[in-house]
Amino acid sequence: MKLEAFKHGLALVLATTVLVGCETTSTSDQESAEPTAEQGAQTSGAAGDEQLTEQQLAEQKAQAQAEKEQSAMREVRTFYFDLDQSSVKAEFRAPLAAHASYLVQNPSAKIVLEGHCDERGTKEYNIALGERRANSVAQFLKVNGVSASQIEVVSYGEESPAVAGSNETAWSKNRRVVLQY
Amino acid sequence: MLLFLFRVFLVSAFCVQAVYAELRIEITKGSDDAVPIAVVPFTNRTNLALPADIARIIDANLLRSGDFVTLPTNKMLSLPDKSGDVYFRDWKMLGQSFVLVGQVSSDAAGRRFHVQYELMDVYNQKRVVGELISSSTTGMRQLAHRISDKIYEAITGVRGAFSTKIAYVTLDLKGDDAEYRLQLADADGQRSKTLFKSAKPVLSPSWSNDATRIAYVSFESGRPAIYIQNIKTGKRKQITNFRGLNSSPMWSPDDKKLLMTLSKDGNAEIYSYHIASASLDRLTNHYGIDTEGSWSRDGRRIVFTSDRSGTPQIYEMDLVERRPERLTFKGRYNARPRFSYDGEKVYFVHKSTRDYHIASMNADGTDQYILTDTPLDESPSVSPNGRMIIYATKRNGKGVLGVVSVDGDSKYFLPSSHGEVREPSWSPFLN
Repeated sequence: MKLEAFKHGLALVLATTVLVGCETTSTSDQESAEPTAEQGAQTSGAAGDEQLTEQQLAEQKAQAQAEKEQSAMREVRTFYFDLDQSSVKAEFRAPLAAHASYLVQNPSAKIVLEGHCDERGTKEYNIALGERRANSVAQFLKVNGVSASQIEVVSYGEESPAVAGSNETAWSKNRRVVLQY
Repeated sequence: MLLFLFRVFLVSAFCVQAVYAELRIEITKGSDDAVPIAVVPFTNRTNLALPADIARIIDANLLRSGDFVTLPTNKMLSLPDKSGDVYFRDWKMLGQSFVLVGQVSSDAAGRRFHVQYELMDVYNQKRVVGELISSSTTGMRQLAHRISDKIYEAITGVRGAFSTKIAYVTLDLKGDDAEYRLQLADADGQRSKTLFKSAKPVLSPSWSNDATRIAYVSFESGRPAIYIQNIKTGKRKQITNFRGLNSSPMWSPDDKKLLMTLSKDGNAEIYSYHIASASLDRLTNHYGIDTEGSWSRDGRRIVFTSDRSGTPQIYEMDLVERRPERLTFKGRYNARPRFSYDGEKVYFVHKSTRDYHIASMNADGTDQYILTDTPLDESPSVSPNGRMIIYATKRNGKGVLGVVSVDGDSKYFLPSSHGEVREPSWSPFLN
């Protein structure tokens, strides 16, 4: 799982590699990596080619910008949930749509959605809740055109927390679905 | 630097020894109407060092049950080892209701020990029960548990559960590496041994009713699957590996079926799996989560967790009629129900305003009350004599096991010296 994530990460910018590599282990790194990815998107497309017409230039710029944005969006691979909730939060719709369009354009690409919960409540209910979270992400992708055969869902329940600790900060980081290519 | 290295070595050498040290007992609360009993140290009539202090084990067992309060040795006026030497007046003055005396002898070769014990009723001034029993040198702890069972039953009328076992899961984190172990130990946490070890999560151990096998969930393949392991031979068999969830196994009273949660048909539903024919009978059908099924002792009903109402609540269902009936209405979170052995009670996890506790109710949902007071309690499992519930909780940020009496009056913890302990499952009677 880690190896695959690493291979994929090689094709992306360094910041992405850090992000993907750490996804299953540490969140403190993740926090610092996310803003970096956003900054990357904002500063992209700054370089132009003076020999092209202004219109061409603008089109190219816009295209490059869009691609960069899409790619930056896809760097978001962990989607957080509210307590006992399994609906996709508004802030994750755009990144998930970016993943969906990539998966539609690359039908051979496959993903695993790992569902997780915080430590509270019972382990077996949490395994089912983790699956429901992963399923709701899967459903979002399917509605956006992704084939069911590209998606696999695994729930770890509360067994694989991203952050140790019995407090809201840790819990909010542990209620998540992680998307792995 | 050298000193530092030496200390590191010392610490790691200690850790290696302590890694699977036994669970320790820590009593936090005893019952108010506990019976006073004096367990007098047993005289050692052999010329050997005994492998276990029988009286001390019995004393600890009785005290832990919460049904007894024991007298410290230094408060005793004499240390008799047979009924004829017991002066009832002394023990009466000390406020004792019962006195246990005994002695240990051995055969000529020192390979077998003979234990003679006698339980005396102080008020009626008579012997209640007594026995001469033998054991090998390695069987001394077991023998002490057996005597404890006899004493417990003679006084309370309820069969003792000191000779039973517990299964549980430990988790040890070493950097990025996790080590899960399915452990088996005596009911007092001693003599633990590993049944199964994995780098991936292990959970939901469930004892077969004949106490020969344990069913559990293991993620060893990267996905959850249900396995059955034979305790004696150690042999394991994968039972299910359906797409999606494979969780919450629980044996039927006749050990022919397993109740389990699968999501192969879309979402979490409860199925009855016939082991010999590998056939499935789907018991629930709802888009909400249905899981954590538990059989009644007569095998006719199940209780389970469902969030079909919007929040996890406990439902009961007759297996012929198959119409789930909701049992819990108080609170936004009631889950993981387990029937008592007599089928009259259901024990479960209840969330109060913010904390999760073990709670009890009648099987019809009435008379709910909370038994525990730690914040993250889960996985209740009842002792086979129906007196105690073992559960998982957190203390000082670490997973430990707790035990509470079914009336909530007495409590103790079984903290481990190392790693996280969770997912306890109390065995049936073993003999």
